[in-house]
Amino acid sequence: MILHRVRDGLPLMNLVSLRAVPILQQLHLEERLLRSSSDNWCIINDGTNRPNIVMGISGRPSELIDLKSVLRDRVPVIRRFSGGGTVIVDDGTIFVTFICNKDAIPGLQPYPHPLMSWTGQLYKDVLHGFGDFHLQENDYAIGSRKFGGNAQSITKNRWVHHTSFLWDYDIKNMEYLKIPSRAPKYRSARPHVEFLCRMTEYVPSRSTFIERTIASLGNHFSVKPIHQDRVIDPSNTLHSSSKLLTRQELEEAYSSLCEKLHIAAISV
Amino acid sequence: MAARLLWASRVASYLRISTFPRGFASVVKDLKYADTHEWVKVDGTSATVGITDHAQDHLGDVVYVELPEVGTNVTQGKNFGAVESVKATSDINSPVSGEVVEVNTELNSSPGLVNASAYDDGWIIKVKMSDAGELDSLMDSDRYAKFCEEEDAKH
Repeated sequence: MILHRVRDGLPLMNLVSLRAVPILQQLHLEERLLRSSSDNWCIINDGTNRPNIVMGISGRPSELIDLKSVLRDRVPVIRRFSGGGTVIVDDGTIFVTFICNKDAIPGLQPYPHPLMSWTGQLYKDVLHGFGDFHLQENDYAIGSRKFGGNAQSITKNRWVHHTSFLWDYDIKNMEYLKIPSRAPKYRSARPHVEFLCRMTEYVPSRSTFIERTIASLGNHFSVKPIHQDRVIDPSNTLHSSSKLLTRQELEEAYSSLCEKLHIAAISV
Repeated sequence: MAARLLWASRVASYLRISTFPRGFASVVKDLKYADTHEWVKVDGTSATVGITDHAQDHLGDVVYVELPEVGTNVTQGKNFGAVESVKATSDINSPVSGEVVEVNTELNSSPGLVNASAYDDGWIIKVKMSDAGELDSLMDSDRYAKFCEEEDAKH
């Protein structure tokens, strides 16, 4: 039996607050904490340093991204360790990740739907008064417009739920992403500009959102800030399956796609 | 209605399937089960492994299965692959130790077999077991059925 740390009757959660850390580094940190820590963690990364495309574990570049423009503009493409869809993230994205032991929340089963539902309720509390928040299928939405994309990874005794929140975004960046064939019903085939919304139009400031998230977590955990120097270790890629796709991989995907479509691959 | 229930229970008995009192999440007799919801079918030193009906029901529609390479060594209780469902990857843990001798490549094009046929066409790997004694630590179908009921009742 593993004894988990408790304070004031609530399980402990370590809080790591980051600013503009590269998303690949954040993903490596998350996997390492998932697989080799027995503590509960919340990681908040306020923005990332440059635009990156991040696909889920089963993502196929030819189906999800506009390879020609991605190759032309040298946009990094990452395949992450969790499930779910494709996002493009940049300094307008706020990342919030929970890494928990399976018994951290009483009565919560460590399966996709219960985790989605629990986090949905947490963010409903966070965003109370700022907009008509919904958990729409597996997205966070205001009305019918998505502002937060979710993904999870579940192991024998622990789980990760991570979210990329669209505080703000550049519509030009969204053009790198195709409309996925596997999309939620409520999307109704809408293009990105009609499907998404910006949190900045609803919430007064980034810090308001972050502070309210931490406060809401305090209803379930005893939150303890941990300095990033104690956890960030860019050289430690143990347990890291999240990978940056190489240019060669992207070029091969582009060539195969052109062959399949019987069009000439333009050198980019 | 009573006649249909009687017929259903006779078919279940013939197919050696038990259904829970609530009528969902089946188990198959003669398989062994891990508390992480994988099943194993033993034939000599060969073991076929998959995830249970309880697991696929709770995970949702499986859209991708990450399979190990043939020749990989697996260890009882440790993860060897993953399934993707909804937005989650979920580890699959091996109920036995040994060497992977075959993987179900049908799952590359039809991952939904894990949902539709969890105990049959949805099998995931075949293992040449290194220690048949490990099977003693696994649950039989009755004990696993009770385990699932207790787990669901806690939440």
